[in-house]
Amino acid sequence: MNRMGIIGWLVLPLAAIYFIVPLVMTLAFSLWQGGSSYGFASYRVLMGRPQLPSSLLLSTELAGATALMLVVLLLPAMIFMNLYAPKLRPLFEFIAALPFVVPAIALVAGLTALFTGPEWLLGSPFYLVIPYFFLALPYAYRSLDVGLGALDLTTLTEAGQSLGATMGQIIRFVVLPNLRSALVGSLLLTLAVVIGEFTFANVLLFRTFAVFMNQIGQHEATEAAALVMVSFLITWGAMLGVLVVGRGCSPVGGGH
Amino acid sequence: MRPLIAWLSIGAFVAVATAFLVAPTLMLAIQSIYGDDGLTLEYILSMGEYRYRVAFENSLLLSLGSATVGVVAGGLIAHAVLKPSAPRWLRSVVTSFSAVAANFAGVPLAFAFISTLGSLGLLTQWLKGLGFDIYAAGFSLYSISGLTLTYSYFQIPLMLIIITPAIEALRPSWREAAENLGASGGQYWRMIGLPVLMPSLLSGWILLFGSAFSAYATAYALTSGNIGLVTTEISNVLSGNVMASPQTGAALSVGMIVVMVGVLALSSVLARRAARWMPQR
Repeated sequence: MNRMGIIGWLVLPLAAIYFIVPLVMTLAFSLWQGGSSYGFASYRVLMGRPQLPSSLLLSTELAGATALMLVVLLLPAMIFMNLYAPKLRPLFEFIAALPFVVPAIALVAGLTALFTGPEWLLGSPFYLVIPYFFLALPYAYRSLDVGLGALDLTTLTEAGQSLGATMGQIIRFVVLPNLRSALVGSLLLTLAVVIGEFTFANVLLFRTFAVFMNQIGQHEATEAAALVMVSFLITWGAMLGVLVVGRGCSPVGGGH
Repeated sequence: MRPLIAWLSIGAFVAVATAFLVAPTLMLAIQSIYGDDGLTLEYILSMGEYRYRVAFENSLLLSLGSATVGVVAGGLIAHAVLKPSAPRWLRSVVTSFSAVAANFAGVPLAFAFISTLGSLGLLTQWLKGLGFDIYAAGFSLYSISGLTLTYSYFQIPLMLIIITPAIEALRPSWREAAENLGASGGQYWRMIGLPVLMPSLLSGWILLFGSAFSAYATAYALTSGNIGLVTTEISNVLSGNVMASPQTGAALSVGMIVVMVGVLALSSVLARRAARWMPQR
């Protein structure tokens, strides 16, 4: 056995403790009812709060709208850029890298400074879809770029056209099915990121799931722990989806 | 043939990105140097004030610390799990758990650590029952070291995900060749393994640094803004919690962007140096 092996086997148990203990403690804490009594009281109180379904619904709708924006705005632009305007690739790369350089809190400061209206846009929670789109952009771009790079778009398009297909038919029946795993992977990742997103929602004062959770946590510690477990299960579900559908693409999101 | 729809969709994407991503960033730069009476360096210079200097120091310390912990621990775990002798089930458990933990950040992560190691957390109370009061011993979850401990929870899995492909690409034959020539395990790693991995380790470190530096939700939920970080200072300005002009918020944001661009530039120089031995393409 070599040296790194021994170090590795020392590190693994420590890592297991570090990663499991907070989850077990949070679970135990969420079941704590004061004194030495344990039960599902905090979950019951939580389920009785009307803000839980409403905030979770809002966050889910925002996630859906962000995913829709990725499909409608990013996907066609990337397909056509690869097909007709590969010279624009550096511009696309620049745009996709920008959200990494401009932190979410800086972008929200810039948005607040630049836009003071119109009210129908800024007053609606769906205004958040715009920053969420950029939050998901670097990861969605990379995963779609890998997916598109594996296709010979020009040959596929020419083959389709020589068989009499229109551009719309080629995209629908040839390109999209080939991008399925890259697309589903980035959409599920978007779901996980948007449902837990706090920065934009908190600064712009919208009551999303994460904002609700933070509010609960300021007063009701055990209920907050119960919400953590709910949120962990949601993340787990989304990531399980990514791993099953999009094998090979790394599920790494933003919004820490 | 270049259909109109192609240009429309490319144009729409670029237009939205320009209006809502590039323009706000430029706006920050402009706002940070424009005062009530025209051009001024007042707000940029105010970054040297104690409060903001501490915020930048704290943010840098936290990002450097948690990124380094993430790279070292993530790298060691990935190496141990990816060894051919490691059981396969362990590998798939670690891979899928990393995917979840890397995305389990923000408010829920902060509350998980408060429930565990907060001043009333279960582990804190339990250790106290055993006669070991960690808060009396100087530990606090609501400090930079507490934040580093919390951030590592998403940094280590993030590194695991990033570094796994690079470690898988290390060929066993390199190791066998080194051993045949009489190299020890340490020599193999110092002279072959680490130099080969260096570009990937560097880019992983940058990504981790960026994710910690721009993190806001975890810090906010954990410390309620009591520890000055650049992100929480910006949000204090934006929400009007402190007496500070919007220009100060813009200057802080510009400062963050400058740090990120600087770190990226530095890393690309280092990565080029680290990749010097590679065949030039």
